[in-house]
Amino acid sequence: MKRFEKKLWLGLFVLALLSPLGIILPEKFGAEGAWGEWGVGALEKMLGYVPEGLKKTADLWTAPIRNYNFGGEDAVLSTRIVSYIVSAFIGIALACIIVLIISRLLKHEK
Amino acid sequence: MHIPDGYLSPQTYVPLYGVSIVCWRIALKKIKKDLSAKHIPYLAMAAAFSFLVQMFNIPIPGGTTGHAVGAGIIALVLGPWTAVIAVSVVLIMQAFVFGDGGITAIGANCFNMAIVMPFVAYWTFNLLKGSSQNTVRVGAAAFFSGYAGLSVAAVSAAFMLGIQPVIAAGPDGTPLYAPYPLSIAIPAMAVEHLFLFSIVEGVMTIALLKYFLKNESTLIYAMNEASREKV
Repeated sequence: MKRFEKKLWLGLFVLALLSPLGIILPEKFGAEGAWGEWGVGALEKMLGYVPEGLKKTADLWTAPIRNYNFGGEDAVLSTRIVSYIVSAFIGIALACIIVLIISRLLKHEK
Repeated sequence: MHIPDGYLSPQTYVPLYGVSIVCWRIALKKIKKDLSAKHIPYLAMAAAFSFLVQMFNIPIPGGTTGHAVGAGIIALVLGPWTAVIAVSVVLIMQAFVFGDGGITAIGANCFNMAIVMPFVAYWTFNLLKGSSQNTVRVGAAAFFSGYAGLSVAAVSAAFMLGIQPVIAAGPDGTPLYAPYPLSIAIPAMAVEHLFLFSIVEGVMTIALLKYFLKNESTLIYAMNEASREKV
C-alpha cells in the first residue's frame, strides 16, 4: 500500500474514534434529532395523532443496531459512546466488504 | 435528511426507487470502465468516509441536528458516478443495519444524497472553476460545490416530505404520511442547511480538496481536463 493511502486509512481510523462527538455535542447543546426524522411517539406528541399510513409502515424493519446503539433507548451515555465507536468500525468494515463484492461482480461481468 | 419509513407515500417512493435503480445501472457501467485495481481501495475509502462523516451530528443549540455527507468531495476526487455508488452503498447500509433512513425510502434517500448531491456539487465546481488553476478560485469552487450540493439535496428531501399532505390525505383531509406542508418543510430544511450544515460541508470539501491537491493531485477527477469531457 502506498504511503498516501495508509495516511488516508489512518485518517478514517481517527474519525471513527472521534465519532462519539456526534452524540456528545448534540446532548450538550440540547439539540434533538434531525428535522423530519421523528419517531412515532414524538410525532404523536407534536401533532396529537399519528398519520394512518405512517403508522402502518413506520416499523416495517427492525434494524439490528438501531441508532448506532447496542444498549436500547434508555442506555447511558457511556454505553452509547462505546456503541457508536463500534458502529463506526462496523461501518468501515461493511463498506469495504460491499465495495469488494461490487468490484468482483463487475470484473466477472467482463 | 434520512427519510424514515412511513414518511413517503408509495406514489412517491416507488418512482424514486425506479430513478435510483436506473442511475445505479448507469453508474456501475461507467465505473466498470475505470475501476482499476488502483481505484478499488479509493472507492472503499470513499464509502467509509461518507459513513463516518454522517455520524458527526452537528447540533443547533436547543434545536435539531444535521450532518455533512461527503458526496461533494467524493464527486470531485473520484468523479460523480463513483460518488453515486459510494454514497448509495452507505445509505443502504445505514437503512438495513442501523435503522437510519427507511427501507421504503432507500430510493428517495439515494436520489437526494447519492445522486442529486454529487452531481450538483460536481457541476457547481466546474462552473465556478472554469478553466482557471488559480488557487483562490479553485478553493471557492470547492467550498460552493459542497455547499450547493448539500443544500439542494436538503431542499429536495424537504420537497418530497412537503408534497405528502397534498398527494396523500385521507377522506377528511388529514395527512396519511409526512404531515407538514411545503410551506413548513422547505424553510425548516433550507434554513438549517444554508446557515450551518452546508457551510460545514463546504469547509470540509475545500480542506480535503487542498489536501489531495498537495499530496496526490493526479488522482483528482475534477482537475483532470480529459476526464471532465466524459460527464
